[in-house]
Amino acid sequence: MTLELAVFYGFAAVLVLASLLMITVRNPVHAALSLVAAFFAAAVLWVLLEAEFLGIVLVLVYVGAVMVLFLFVVMTLDLNVSQLREGFVRYLPIGGLVALVMGAGMIWVLTRETVFERTTPLRAGADYNNTLAIGQVLYTEYVYPFEIAAVILLVAVIAAITLTLDPRRRRTSKSIDPAEAVKVRAKDRIKMVDLRQK
Amino acid sequence: MTFELPDFSLAAAELWLLTLGCALLMLAVFVSAQRHTLLYGLSQFTLAGALGWVWWSAPESRSLTFNHHYVADDLATLLKSAVLLLTAVSLIYTRSYLERRPHLPRAEFYVLILFAVLGMFIMISAHSLLTLYLGLELLALCLYALVALNREHPPALEAAMKFFVLGALASGLLLYGMSIVYGLTGTLELHTLAAHLSDPASLPDPGSLTHLAWGFALTFLLVGLAFKLGAVPFHAWVPDVYEGAMTPVTLFIGSVSKLAALALVLRLLIEGLGALAVDWQGMLMILAVLSLTLGNLAAIAQHNLKRMLAYSTIAHIGFVTLALFAATPAGYHAALFYILVYALTAAGAFGVLLALSGEHEAQTLDDLQGLNHHHPWLAFLMLVLMASMAGLPPLLGFYAKLIVLQALLDQGHLALALYAVIFSVIGAFYYLRVIKRMYFDTPTHAATPRPARDLTLALSLNGLLLIALGLLPGLLLALTHAVF
Repeated sequence: MTLELAVFYGFAAVLVLASLLMITVRNPVHAALSLVAAFFAAAVLWVLLEAEFLGIVLVLVYVGAVMVLFLFVVMTLDLNVSQLREGFVRYLPIGGLVALVMGAGMIWVLTRETVFERTTPLRAGADYNNTLAIGQVLYTEYVYPFEIAAVILLVAVIAAITLTLDPRRRRTSKSIDPAEAVKVRAKDRIKMVDLRQK
Repeated sequence: MTFELPDFSLAAAELWLLTLGCALLMLAVFVSAQRHTLLYGLSQFTLAGALGWVWWSAPESRSLTFNHHYVADDLATLLKSAVLLLTAVSLIYTRSYLERRPHLPRAEFYVLILFAVLGMFIMISAHSLLTLYLGLELLALCLYALVALNREHPPALEAAMKFFVLGALASGLLLYGMSIVYGLTGTLELHTLAAHLSDPASLPDPGSLTHLAWGFALTFLLVGLAFKLGAVPFHAWVPDVYEGAMTPVTLFIGSVSKLAALALVLRLLIEGLGALAVDWQGMLMILAVLSLTLGNLAAIAQHNLKRMLAYSTIAHIGFVTLALFAATPAGYHAALFYILVYALTAAGAFGVLLALSGEHEAQTLDDLQGLNHHHPWLAFLMLVLMASMAGLPPLLGFYAKLIVLQALLDQGHLALALYAVIFSVIGAFYYLRVIKRMYFDTPTHAATPRPARDLTLALSLNGLLLIALGLLPGLLLALTHAVF
């Protein structure tokens, strides 16, 4: 077994395991961390397929930015874990049945053909630079889809702000007015209660 | 690698929509939301301008640009004009509704509508799998946000959540199918794809491995498309979204966005994968038969009019898929004609609901009860709309059903045509029930205030157009015939 094959099987196993953990663990923070692990393992597989740039971007963007942000959100939300899990056992039989039927169907269809053609992608030379290759087509051949993707992100921003900002109050509960903050007095914040009565 | 500067003038309407949409977004920052007329006027101006650009930039013959990602042809011109006109009409219907509800974010409503129109334009003019998918996502994202716009209304949030989760799932399935197609052919462009398949040597032999892979790809694509169209058994989101969203949004989803959904199917299945018609016909037939059955039967049980119209949409989508199933130019023409007629009729039906919505949102059969006593003209228009949906003879809806059946009979599908007719007759029951409630029952509610003058005018035009075109269907047929 070559080193490459060993790396592939190692990280493929990590990927499958992490994905399974992600949907089965009880704690949402652990689930997010498993997803990070799954992304990382997937990035290694991409690098093995000689898509180095995409692999690095996956780590930088998804693991580094998106998932860390997501973790912050999950940690700051006061999630009731037991409530989240309530449906699991109830829906397990029907969900399991659907998964079983679909799995059996796919196995049946795929195993009717005994031999699968296996092809190995052509190896590019050591001087091949796929960052350059992507850069060359991204802003030329694919400039139209690229710009549409930018518009989609703009709409996502508009939608997110529209759905969270309360237009009737100029200041939402998430911001502090400094002028109000310096004027605060002790009696606004502390309520003295006499515990001796009763 | 070759790169030529794209011909921007072909995409003038898209560029105009994007620019004016962003301008409206900036304007909304500086202008108070109370100045509704300004926002409304600018949106209508944008749509009118886009219509001008569509006609100005329409090429003599089919032209490609943006490295074959964009196509401008007669189908695109026709569908884009229809989308713009129907959106403009929807905004007329919506204006007084928004004016009565100051808590709704108005500027964002208009911005999202404009971006949704841009998304539909991209889908209609898409000439590669990539642009089809991106246009669809742009449209879907705007629609999710529009459904959730009425935040104080819990059913709206529930509907938005369901719509979002199922829509994301459908996009995933569609994308997976597209990735298999890309893997099999190595191209994203639709005409290269069609050329690849038209070569008899590359058509997959039945039973071969490639054929199996194509089967997987088509199944995923069809499931994704069925979700987006709302065909049974992938229809579960439709009634909840129609009922939960506020009526202007339901109007937009129920009429205008169906045009883009048909464009997606026409581009992907017929333009790209037309050579594999034998393989996808069977799946379309199942979708059509189930949609006709469930849509028409479930609509009978509905008391909520928006929900009833949702099930009626499903039934109409059954008719459209039946027309596509014929897999002949006549069938595609019938599908296009049917969806145009349906979009026009649905816009009118939701328009009547908006005309009756004061502070209270009119949406149940009770709200229409005895309408003839209070607003005889509105009741008459609703009568025309419902009769057209049911497919009664002098109206346009009848003609739409007729050419679908004709396309089916030309191919010898007698049993399917009969099935469609039987379920149309069953479906007529719930349309006629609306008419009965309006004309023969005594009203239980006080009269709602008179709708705004522009709304009544647009609604009258909408209703009368169904009669006029029903008598002279040649006018619309000439337009749609030019496409195929």
